[in-house]
Amino acid sequence: MVVESATALARKDVVGISQLDAGEIQLILDTAEELLDVAKRPIKKVPTLRGSTVVNLFMEPSTRTRFSFEVAEKRLSADTLNFSASGSSVSKGETLFDTAQNLMAMAPDFIVIRHPNSGAPHRLAQEVPASIINAGDGINEHPTQALLDAFTMRQHFGSLEGLKVVVAGDIRHSRVARSNAFLLAKMGAEVRFVAPASLLPLEVEELGVITFVRLEPALEDADVVMMLRIQLERQKRVNFPSMREYFDFFALTPERLKLAADRAVVLHPGPMNRGVEIDSLVADGSQSLILEQVTNGVAIRMAILYLLAGGPSEAASDS
Amino acid sequence: MKRLLIRNGRVIDPSQGLDQGMDVLLENGSVAALGERLDVPSETRVLDAAGLVVAPGFIDLHTHLREPGFEHKETIESGCRAAVAGGFTSLCCMPDTNPVNDEPSVTSFIRKRAEQIGLARVYPVGAVSVGLEGEEMAEIGEMVGAGAVAISDDRRPVTNAQLFRRVLEYARSFDIPVAAHEEDLDLSDGGSMHEGAVSTRIGLRGMPTSAEEVMVARDVLLAELTGGRLHLCHLSTSTALDLVRTAKQRGLAVSCEVAAHQFVLTDEDVAGANYNPNWKTNPPLRSAAEVEAVLQAIYDGTVDAIVSDHEPHHADEKELDFSDAPFGIVGLETAVPLALDRLVHGRVIGLMQLVRLMSTRPAEVFGLPGGSLREGAPADVTVLDLRALRSVDSSTFRSRAHNTPFSGMRLKGWPAATIVGGEIVWQSK
Amino acid sequence: MGRTVARMAAEILERDGDSLMLVGIHTRGIPLADRLARALREATGCEVPVGRLDITLYRDDVGPWRPAHQQPVLKKTVLPDFIDDQVIYLVDDVLFTGRTIRAALDTLADWGRPTAVRLAVLIDRGHRELPIAADVVGKALDTTRDEDVQVRLAEVDGEDGVWIGREADNGG
Repeated sequence: MVVESATALARKDVVGISQLDAGEIQLILDTAEELLDVAKRPIKKVPTLRGSTVVNLFMEPSTRTRFSFEVAEKRLSADTLNFSASGSSVSKGETLFDTAQNLMAMAPDFIVIRHPNSGAPHRLAQEVPASIINAGDGINEHPTQALLDAFTMRQHFGSLEGLKVVVAGDIRHSRVARSNAFLLAKMGAEVRFVAPASLLPLEVEELGVITFVRLEPALEDADVVMMLRIQLERQKRVNFPSMREYFDFFALTPERLKLAADRAVVLHPGPMNRGVEIDSLVADGSQSLILEQVTNGVAIRMAILYLLAGGPSEAASDS
Repeated sequence: MKRLLIRNGRVIDPSQGLDQGMDVLLENGSVAALGERLDVPSETRVLDAAGLVVAPGFIDLHTHLREPGFEHKETIESGCRAAVAGGFTSLCCMPDTNPVNDEPSVTSFIRKRAEQIGLARVYPVGAVSVGLEGEEMAEIGEMVGAGAVAISDDRRPVTNAQLFRRVLEYARSFDIPVAAHEEDLDLSDGGSMHEGAVSTRIGLRGMPTSAEEVMVARDVLLAELTGGRLHLCHLSTSTALDLVRTAKQRGLAVSCEVAAHQFVLTDEDVAGANYNPNWKTNPPLRSAAEVEAVLQAIYDGTVDAIVSDHEPHHADEKELDFSDAPFGIVGLETAVPLALDRLVHGRVIGLMQLVRLMSTRPAEVFGLPGGSLREGAPADVTVLDLRALRSVDSSTFRSRAHNTPFSGMRLKGWPAATIVGGEIVWQSK
Repeated sequence: MGRTVARMAAEILERDGDSLMLVGIHTRGIPLADRLARALREATGCEVPVGRLDITLYRDDVGPWRPAHQQPVLKKTVLPDFIDDQVIYLVDDVLFTGRTIRAALDTLADWGRPTAVRLAVLIDRGHRELPIAADVVGKALDTTRDEDVQVRLAEVDGEDGVWIGREADNGG
């Protein structure tokens, strides 16, 4: 499959992988590749977005993603404003719409938003003229994560086409799993979801994935094994019984990793629960690209900011 | 080299479609050969089965062994003695022990204890929920690792549909069935017998058929939603059996069992028992019309297994008034003669079908070894005397408990010998 | 074309000898820098290091100044060595307003502190908007503002030559 890169990102916002085509994805990855070098320079900064304002609107707790976005924004010389949910007007009952309207009074060029409700960035994109970047909405999408995962895989293997990628964990509640499935399908990779059926959405094959209810069979000849964080909500031990059981049957241990292809690599969006979904030996082992993911995350976010930048246009935002 | 030859018997093996006079040679724990007039070396023990039926060992999918925790009612040892005396080579025991079998150490204990005793094979059924409370999923994977073959919250229903749905899904990772006690507790509302003309007449609160039916309907729908394996315990109503029939026609992985007493006694028998709690079961003994439907379902293959639903209780407990006494009767030592008498001699089904219902099909439904006398199969054999005519005498029971309504009932067709792993573990005098 | 490049190389040699680094500016500055390096090698037998520079991130017309959705595609910057204490020759095909060179100087400033930065261009067409001057010029052309000057190099365009036209249909 030959993917021709787009020459520009002809859209106001990046709210999900669903809205992007393969050419646009390729353009983002290629742009990120060039921006990776900024981190290697003596002065880790370029003046490209000098004078632009970015609001980081994080309505859900996050340290790493917000940190990564901030580094990206600052490396492009943009000004950043951080807005978090607790102690804010939102906790006093202000709607997202009103919050956004208030923010727009300060004329930001970009709003990076993470929100517990699916679809919040999509609605916001329609309401305000700023460029909206989705940093994670409910259980729907996390496009920048999928892009940095794809970038890491491409960096290592040269191409995404034909790669066999295992994604294992609480798929039903994972926006990372979904965005990855959308992206990898568009770029010609094979996606295998692994979870006990109580953690798989109904008819998930709709997303173009193959499903497995045990990890071992899915690992056969896999090139990439992506482990997702597993959480046991105290009130609802309804989907699986215990961390101990999850580790015994669904965690990536060195023995299980041997079942994958010899060239297989390990990814994790972080933060990791060592000893729950992933064994420390694997997380810190030679096949792990987890730290590369973090570095690449900054480059991807810089790429998106760069490509979305520009004055106002008549181009309608995508919903 | 342990060798046992069962000679001159009528071999009935549904797994091979066999019904003929044959010899069966058991060697080192497996079936070594089947054939007419087998030649064997001299150090072979011989069991003469002339005039008797030789079948793959019977498997009881539903028993309560009471140990750990309730040893005054029954122990694993007394339960196994009762089982082999009743013609069973294997049993599956429910998790309502104390502590509840909701985690691998209890599962392991039960398995090891039974191995130590060395009579019947015991396959534990693990709990669906922690403590049988119906709130949190139990460690199903760990229990399967320790030897559980299925999961169930029997004798409680799983009231939370969301939990039951997730369990059906989760169990798919371990390829085990979820066995359900189907009772809507709100509908059965403190009743102690079948709700109908008889309960009205004798003034006892009743449990309507709907209490079973609504839960069966719910769970069959969840089985469809999830693609999980559902096994319905001790069904007693025509509607529930209709739902199973339709589910099977639609290709769903649904199976069901019926307890022996459910096709023998009716609510009229309860009335005739003068409020004796030995007639108090859950599900209750139903009306003649329902029993007729049960027989029909046994005949047409809707029912997959006949079980004992062995529920031993201490004599003191069954001395209580009908409403206060616990539900349940012993069944290990009466299930087989009741089935032979009422179903085979009663011309409801043939012997082949009976063996299928008590051996081959139960093995398939729970994925157990056995149910067949093919070469290489485990050396578990049930030998039956179809002509034996005896009365049920609870004083001869090996079970610690004697809570049975069948005392004095004259039945034709009894187990003659029970062989487990090539050893004769019980033989009638 | 070949004689012009050779003469430019001679001028560079005269000024700074062969201890320098050539840095070509995307796109056509790069093959030009390679040709200059080759000419210098033929003359002195020494290998002059060659780098390439993408100035896109430092342009004064990207980011907020661009109309939306028209960010130029980024290209690679590769500098073969530390640029501190070196004489850097920026190489480009056409010197016009001087803004490209301004961006190139800013880019270099974030990479280090060269001893000196000099400019070698094939064509100087005048119309400066910033105080920038070339040290080595292949040919000076007298053009009007609206004329379009295009250099073609065999490595990029398949042929060598300089075209002057009215009504530019594509930017440089």
